[in-house]
Amino acid sequence: MGFYWSFLTVLTLLAITAPLALIFGFGGAIAARSTIAPLSWFGKGYIAIVRGVPDIAFFLFFVIALDQGIEYLRHKIKCPDWPDTIRQGNDFIVCQAAKMPLGNAPQWVHETYGYFIAVFTFAIVFGAFAGNVLFGAMRAVPKPQIETAEAYGMTRRQSFWRIIVPQMWVYALPGLGNLWMVLIKATPLLFLLGVEDIVYWARELGGTKTPRFTDYPHGDWRVWYFLVLLVFYLAFTRLSEIVLDRVMRRLTAGQATSGGEAQRRAAA
Amino acid sequence: MMECLDTIADYGLRSIGIGERLLPRENFTLCQQFTLIGSGMLWNIYFGVLSLLAGFFLATAVALGKAARNPVLRKSSEWFIFIFRGSPLFIQFFFAYFLFLALKGQYPFFDPFTAAWLGALLVLFLNTSAYTGEIFYGALQSIPKGDIEAADAYGLSGWSRFRRVIWPTMLRLAWPAYTNEAIFLFHSTTLVYFSGFPAWQQKGDALYYASYFADKTFNPFVPYPILAGYFILLTLVIITLMGRIGARLNRHLPQEAKRTRFRFRPQLIR
Amino acid sequence: MKNLILTTAALALTSSMAFAESHSVVRMGTEGAYAPWNFINDAGEVDGFERELGDELCARAELTCEWVTNDWDSIIPNLVSGNYDTIIAGMSITPERDEIIDFTQEYTPADPTAFVAMTEDLDPANSVIAAQTGTIQAGYIADQGWTLVEFATPEETIAAVRAGEADAVFADQSYLAGAIEGQDDLIMLEQTVALGGGVGMGLRESDTELREKFDAAIQSMKDDGSLNELISKWEVASLFE
Repeated sequence: MGFYWSFLTVLTLLAITAPLALIFGFGGAIAARSTIAPLSWFGKGYIAIVRGVPDIAFFLFFVIALDQGIEYLRHKIKCPDWPDTIRQGNDFIVCQAAKMPLGNAPQWVHETYGYFIAVFTFAIVFGAFAGNVLFGAMRAVPKPQIETAEAYGMTRRQSFWRIIVPQMWVYALPGLGNLWMVLIKATPLLFLLGVEDIVYWARELGGTKTPRFTDYPHGDWRVWYFLVLLVFYLAFTRLSEIVLDRVMRRLTAGQATSGGEAQRRAAA
Repeated sequence: MMECLDTIADYGLRSIGIGERLLPRENFTLCQQFTLIGSGMLWNIYFGVLSLLAGFFLATAVALGKAARNPVLRKSSEWFIFIFRGSPLFIQFFFAYFLFLALKGQYPFFDPFTAAWLGALLVLFLNTSAYTGEIFYGALQSIPKGDIEAADAYGLSGWSRFRRVIWPTMLRLAWPAYTNEAIFLFHSTTLVYFSGFPAWQQKGDALYYASYFADKTFNPFVPYPILAGYFILLTLVIITLMGRIGARLNRHLPQEAKRTRFRFRPQLIR
Repeated sequence: MKNLILTTAALALTSSMAFAESHSVVRMGTEGAYAPWNFINDAGEVDGFERELGDELCARAELTCEWVTNDWDSIIPNLVSGNYDTIIAGMSITPERDEIIDFTQEYTPADPTAFVAMTEDLDPANSVIAAQTGTIQAGYIADQGWTLVEFATPEETIAAVRAGEADAVFADQSYLAGAIEGQDDLIMLEQTVALGGGVGMGLRESDTELREKFDAAIQSMKDDGSLNELISKWEVASLFE
């Protein structure tokens, strides 16, 4: 049963992470473009550093750091007069009210929380990549468009939201589409974050089972389980390619690009 | 300080089997962690550089194959790209290792393939060829028509037209995306020992040593950030080197045009 | 899921109120991939020697317990950062671990480490020995100067011997016994090595009160012989004297 559920786990992860990463990326790109120096450094630093680190390495320590960070903040807010220090030797101890989720919450709450921490981590990593793509796309909007907007008396802010943002998507889409493909293929790393995903179950169920511990003993079946995963990933990639292709065609319509020009000519 | 130099002498090349045989067991110092993880980076660089260089040529062939009129050539290139781009590297490693094991049982020729230095290199090589092939194919499709017409007008055809006009233009257009692919490839080298191939005599890559320390010190907050630091440095080096080559590829363009060409990172980052 | 909350002990009995508040539910962290110690059964629940032992200990200590699985690699960092309260996962008591966390008294004696190979006549010094990455077994092989090959999971170590990649697997005897059961091609060798201490429950160093409770519960199971019964039922280790 867990095996089938885990497919859903992966699909929901993708469904939540993609928009969240886009938001992070958008934020990062805006920050990087900012005229305020510290904000710009922050945006550029975020994009450069997170992009520079292999995602596995990031996952291996970031989840625990994030978890402790959240609890630390909650501790400061909820228990301002806590007598003990938080780090006692090796232990990280916050007051009970600051626990995330609360220590006595049922197991499914813990699992859901762990899942969202994982989603958040994915979003941070892929947000950096999305930020890089969007940053490039914002700069790719033809300069005359912005100059025209200025000539019409728009402020920087107005021209950003009314001219750049609507037009940048067509430039960003190929990059974002690719990012989506990379994101799909990064999901097998989910098991590193303590989420029981398809790889976890493929290993668990496919591993050799001796008759002592199960009613259904079998040898090393991991190959077959992994084959199922392979087919799943290939099918999902193909589907994404078809959808992205359609979206691209729609977005290109009426744009001042060679693709848009070709469409216009074909229609005429 | 002297102590640290000793450590570097002992463990600097540990990942390729030179130096102290036993890994540190207790009283782990920061210096040991930096040295051993850095030593592991040698493998990441080895995998990355070799598969990138070899993959460059196969990728050109695959891109031309995908653009070819011959249906056999086109279909096989398309499938090659689809399979390797459509599945996680993690699963590719799994199947490759399994396949090499099976082949090894039949033919002694495949003996070295179950070792990471060859087997994993082969997988990474094919993987990056597929990704790069798709990038090159995209660039090939967007070569300005005028360039090819101009080549025709100069009387260039066949091989010389390809070598002098099409190929350099393709590279120029593909370069920013190719830089990204190179970065990703180096990052994926960390998967080799993590989930694909076994490590012999505790000779592994940077991630292998980082997780060794994380496991022994029970503290993930030191070794993994060290690893991250090394990779950020490596990424900077890649960006600089690729930027130099890219600038050389674009050296004939007027300065202003060069900037506009490079402003936008197009199409296919991986 | 319905079986996860097993004991509804009367919490009013616990001595200190602060303790009762912080441990109204004790979360038991395990790996779920190390039969017969702990594994996921056909119904998808934690099962095995430690499941049964842990439930009994919680009943005796009058605690409400809940089972959680966590990857072996990060099982200690997650304990000290408070994601669960105990580790009960076949963890040997070693001085290195003891510096970071606290252990209860051992609930099984040291489990000997054994070899599994295709043939009887194995000379470890001239063979390729497979072990799981980062285990004390892997460290021991490296210490001896034997040829070590490390795999990410125990499953792969056994597959490697069958495929001829390695000559033998070096791992806990109880794990190997379960893993090769019903498979004629692999043999467990007579030769064993004593590695590590006994197995105990891991707790945060600051959680003294909880540790004392489990200590007392383990002692009472030792005293009335029920611990030995469990050990022989699951064949995880030798018995206590």
